[in-house]
Amino acid sequence: MTEIAAQPSSEPLIRLERVSKSYRRGGETIQVLDRVDLAIPRGDFLALMAPSGSGKSTLLNLLGGLDRPDEGSILFDGVALESLGPRALTRWRAIHVGFVFQLYHLLPVLSAARNVELPLLLQRLGRAERARRVAAALSLVGFPDDRHTFRPTELSGGQQQRVAIARAIVTNPTVLLCDEPTGDLDRRAGDEILDLLVELNRRLDKTIVMVTHDPHAAERARTLVRLEKGLVGEIRATSS
Amino acid sequence: MRVLRETWLLLVVSLRSLHKRLDVALVATVGFAGVVLVLVAVLSMAAGFRHTLRATGSNDVALVLRKGSGAELSSTLSLDQARRVGDAPGVAVGAHGPEISPELLVLINRRERRSRILANAPFRGVTASAFRVHPHIHLVAGHRFKPGLDQVIVGRAAEESFRGLRLRDRFTSGGVRWRVVGVFGDRGGIHASEIWTDLPTLESAYRRGDSVSAVYARLVSPAAYPRFRANLLHNPELSVSVHREERYYARQSRGLDRFITVAGTIIALMMGLGALFAAANTMYATVSERAREVAILRTLGYHAAAVVLSVVAESVLYALSGGVLGALAAFLFFNGFEASTLNNFSVVVFRFAVTPSLAAAGILFAGALGFLAGLAPAAAAARRPIAAGIRAL
Repeated sequence: MTEIAAQPSSEPLIRLERVSKSYRRGGETIQVLDRVDLAIPRGDFLALMAPSGSGKSTLLNLLGGLDRPDEGSILFDGVALESLGPRALTRWRAIHVGFVFQLYHLLPVLSAARNVELPLLLQRLGRAERARRVAAALSLVGFPDDRHTFRPTELSGGQQQRVAIARAIVTNPTVLLCDEPTGDLDRRAGDEILDLLVELNRRLDKTIVMVTHDPHAAERARTLVRLEKGLVGEIRATSS
Repeated sequence: MRVLRETWLLLVVSLRSLHKRLDVALVATVGFAGVVLVLVAVLSMAAGFRHTLRATGSNDVALVLRKGSGAELSSTLSLDQARRVGDAPGVAVGAHGPEISPELLVLINRRERRSRILANAPFRGVTASAFRVHPHIHLVAGHRFKPGLDQVIVGRAAEESFRGLRLRDRFTSGGVRWRVVGVFGDRGGIHASEIWTDLPTLESAYRRGDSVSAVYARLVSPAAYPRFRANLLHNPELSVSVHREERYYARQSRGLDRFITVAGTIIALMMGLGALFAAANTMYATVSERAREVAILRTLGYHAAAVVLSVVAESVLYALSGGVLGALAAFLFFNGFEASTLNNFSVVVFRFAVTPSLAAAGILFAGALGFLAGLAPAAAAARRPIAAGIRAL
């Protein structure tokens, strides 16, 4: 039950207040998060590190409104997520959150460009405007122009992750939630993705929360938070 | 509107990965096709039978039977009574006098061509006026029978259905050796299932004296019917019932029509239940396989309602595809298929009629089944937590 703000001077974008979450497996109740308090300032690049099963993905799901806490409150820019109904939460997620997953989670039947376009289809945008934004997002993540029509299976892991990041940022969300974004990549491709995330954080001031178990990746963030047995353990600013 | 757009996208994404689950999708589609094939085939039988009986009737022809008789076979009128019908107001008068046709109907045993079993063939005695009162009767081969001779003409359907009724064939019935001298058609009507001969010859062969079963009267117009009917019903010398020919034959078809329709619908419903479970199974498999896609899209902000609609739409799509296939198969295999059945103890030959409205009804029925089949899997897909869907990888 530790609270920290990496940049105490700035108003936190996200604030977790005594957030608990447990799961039932068989007859057993597993406490994944236990009254976690955490403040994430706007513009931070925060890495969440923890051993497997320590609740880091659960915390990311709670931050992204994919799951709800058993207890406690998650305030996002002053809005308590638990006060939002399912439809409002879905809408909030579409506006404010971009997700990046370890295994990219691109739709295999769609081209790279069509995958990036998916979140834009929820907005009232014309075809030309959607195409412009898709091209801009893919360009921003350094995805080659001549591969826009390629399907995910025709791309390398690093390229797929770039497409996934483009899909996450194409709507210009408030926060990027990344779950082991380099976990499925070799070191070189992983570094390129981390460079890209750092770039997005520094150049575009994008708030990023990244779950990782890789210390090398965590060091690229501004703030490192360690979760231990459902509690926030160490929190420190990194050398980055 | 937004939900519909999301639904469309989810459906497109799902259909693009259809090849991965083509086997289960085909099982569902073929299941629906089978249901529609059976439903449309059975109902086309009823429609064909109904069409045959209704094509027989005309609204400017009246049928006079003995009072209390529901059908020609149970009716007996004397020739004198028959003549009085001709005196009633409203009867058309031609060059040969009032256009009335006294007719005697008996049943004779003939062996069916396909099944070789003995069946009742309607044998009708008529006069020359019958061809004026029933103008749709037309010769297609040979010539008309000559009065007083042992000659018959045979309806085209009867010729096809019974053995020994081809042109120039001979058969024995009522102690007479009859000779087929002509074949006639009835433009889809019931008379094509009959054998016709000269009325006095038939009366003599079957010792019916001068009695007839019914009198058909051509009226000056359909509007003349009420006056014609009222006159006959109020005539104390007659004890008859009067019917419009059109309604009489429509009523004749009602019982069997209803039976076939109800039986066919019950069979189709039972089969439909099986297809519904098969399709629901397919949709559960689809939902399970698409758990990841659905979770990703919901993560991006797609609504649960769109997920529900897309799953239901996919199920309906399988059903409609199956429905179209089934209706097409029913048309190819059954439309025009000749069959016979008993109507008032005599054989009626008719053709299955796969009409556009029947095909549409079959396809809609399949669509409804598809809708029902998709509901539970759709709800399951929408209820599944997003986080669980993402973990399902």
